[in-house]
Amino acid sequence: MNILNALFKTSIGKKVIMAITGLILVGFVFGHLVGNLQIFSAPEKINAYAHLLQSLGPALWAIRGFLLLTVALHIWSAVALVLENKAARGAKGYANQQTLRASYASRTMRYSGVIVLAFIIYHIMHFTTKTTHGEDFYPMAMLDGHLVPDVHSMMVFGFQQVWVSVFYLVAIALLTLHLSHGISSMFQSIGLRSRTWATCLNKLTIAVCILYFLGNAAIVGSVLSGYVKIQNPNLQVAMGELCTPDCNVCETRIAANN
Amino acid sequence: MNVKLRVWRQKNNETEGRFENYEAKDLNPNMSFLEMMDVVNEDLTDSGDEPIAFAHDCREGICGTCSCMIDGKPHGPEHGVATCQTYMRSFKDGDTITVEPFRAKAFPIVKDLVTDRASFDKIQQAGGFITIRTGAAPDANSIPIGKEIADLAMDAAACIGCGACVAACKNASAMLFVSAKAGQLNLLPQGKPEKDRRVLSMVAAMDEAGFGNCTNQYECSAACPKLISEEFISKLNRDFVGATVRSSFKAKPLV
Repeated sequence: MNILNALFKTSIGKKVIMAITGLILVGFVFGHLVGNLQIFSAPEKINAYAHLLQSLGPALWAIRGFLLLTVALHIWSAVALVLENKAARGAKGYANQQTLRASYASRTMRYSGVIVLAFIIYHIMHFTTKTTHGEDFYPMAMLDGHLVPDVHSMMVFGFQQVWVSVFYLVAIALLTLHLSHGISSMFQSIGLRSRTWATCLNKLTIAVCILYFLGNAAIVGSVLSGYVKIQNPNLQVAMGELCTPDCNVCETRIAANN
Repeated sequence: MNVKLRVWRQKNNETEGRFENYEAKDLNPNMSFLEMMDVVNEDLTDSGDEPIAFAHDCREGICGTCSCMIDGKPHGPEHGVATCQTYMRSFKDGDTITVEPFRAKAFPIVKDLVTDRASFDKIQQAGGFITIRTGAAPDANSIPIGKEIADLAMDAAACIGCGACVAACKNASAMLFVSAKAGQLNLLPQGKPEKDRRVLSMVAAMDEAGFGNCTNQYECSAACPKLISEEFISKLNRDFVGATVRSSFKAKPLV
């Protein structure tokens, strides 16, 4: 196939793969952010959303497979480009080479990319395969008479651990940096960037990146500051935040104080 | 003025090279960088040493022969000029100036600061031409071309093929050169018949020569002595996608 050959074997083809998979992944991370922002609504909202995604069945696996393939192609083209670019300089590099206008983000794409990948692996182990934390961190909640995973409490539990929040913020900051080069760059790679609209494109990219970072930071910040709390009654009881009719803790305390 | 030079010396492509230090004394600040090198070479010749080999020809910024990485930037510290039009007044008295050859696998070193840029010729031969009837010169303006298109094609045609884009690129990519050479012809009606074939062949020749890939950092455009815009790279990318799709689906003769 002529087109597949051009995509996978030529320099521009690899950049097109990078741009298109990048576009899909940008779409995914924004969809993911919008989904996560439901944490500011009642817990039933995000739990129902998570339940909906979980109950897609074969479609869920099709989406997962598609995203996995997208990530794999994005990484493959990155590795291929890095190796080819390293070889293209030749055996002997410069003693001194200035940077004239290449942004910090563009020069650190490979590092920000690798750290974000490490975070994604951890993130999937945390919330999808549920292997990083003990059973207590994956509570269930009632929703329309069904027992479903209590995603709201899982998120709050997760971010209440300061180290998880810090890792999350660092990963989000690096992803934002990655996107600050990637978003405007994908337009160039498929030939939709011109000098006249490059300035506007750069500003749009920065605005989108700031929105993305603030959206994610708002979730972490509101959990850490206590604005978003656990709202699952069973967990609140277990944590001593809610009274139950058969509780004798207070009475024991009152008796002790008297 | 006086400057110290740290110059890459390498006998040929087979031997290892190293930096050597030289002193250039009593210079006129209005000498070009190459004239300063001439003075240093005269002193070297007088003392029986091998002069520093560097590439030069027209010395008026239009042939693209002079090269050199001067203090980490192709063609030296100024913006939009070639080495031959860089003057010593751009440096300070007592400066140490590092002079290296352009470094790219596709530009093997011939000697000292001279690199073999024949890979650019191969790219040009792959598609940097148009097919027209030979004979008497055609009437001027027999094919009407809008001013904006003519100006844009002229911007691309300003490329002197010096290789500064490859030298400045963090990936030693030749995309600015290829995009200027292909874009110049693709923009004009005379270049239309071979447009798709030109784009595919020139990109193939570029990849074949071992240049790196563009990562959209635009160092090339910043280092270009003719200030060619990176938007030609965007145009080349677009033309390449179009040419690939069209050539996949178009009918082809049986033979």
